[in-house]
Amino acid sequence: MTQPTIDRDPATTARRKRLAIVASKGTLDQAYPPMILASTAVSLGWEAGIYFTFYGLDILHSERFDKLKVASLANPAGPIQLPNALGAIPGATAAATRVMKRWMADARMPTIPEFIEMTQELGVRFFACATTMGVMGVTEEDLIPGADIAGAAAFLDYAADADVSLFI
Amino acid sequence: MSTAPITAPGGEATHLNCSGLLCPLPVYKAGLALGRLAPGELLVVTTTDPGALEDIPAMTRQRGDELVSVDRQEGIQVFTIRKGQGR
Repeated sequence: MTQPTIDRDPATTARRKRLAIVASKGTLDQAYPPMILASTAVSLGWEAGIYFTFYGLDILHSERFDKLKVASLANPAGPIQLPNALGAIPGATAAATRVMKRWMADARMPTIPEFIEMTQELGVRFFACATTMGVMGVTEEDLIPGADIAGAAAFLDYAADADVSLFI
Repeated sequence: MSTAPITAPGGEATHLNCSGLLCPLPVYKAGLALGRLAPGELLVVTTTDPGALEDIPAMTRQRGDELVSVDRQEGIQVFTIRKGQGR
């Protein structure tokens, strides 16, 4: 783990554009937008960094990042359309998750673990929210390799030089 | 995904078939392919995602590459890109 710093590619004198994302949701469906946007940004020649905070930290959790689920309750646009009274029954969340995973596989979309590998290979910075780790009892050993443990100031230091900043 | 030399407007080109792939994969794969080319070399990208009609031109603008041509056929778009001076 290294301390987060503002990095500039020494190979180019021109400043690269930068995308800074806060990923605050830990459901399977909400894990996709940060990964899609960050992988696109680096494909455009930009820098990209994602700050994983609150439930979004599950996307970096080595025992949870491949088990993210889709909510079947209070999710009227979800993959299975259930009244809330039925969305709470056992198995409903698993069913919604199965449908979403099938949609993604049928569309040949990468899984979240695959997206994490793709974005890390492309140099996307991952910040793990230090406060979330403290509050939720997540240790550095729980995280996938390559994430920088950082607080809000470090992320804002990175985002201060961003051209696009998004909260997801 | 396949890469094979074909003839394109302006000379030999690398071909990238992104048929059946949705955003962000055509841009992701095109970005990787362009990263392997030298400035001035050509990449031909075939897509079926209608979003690619906006995405590929946006990618070339952002990367500083040249969009040489766009060939629209039934449900298929073929983009010819000349790599610019960037990475």
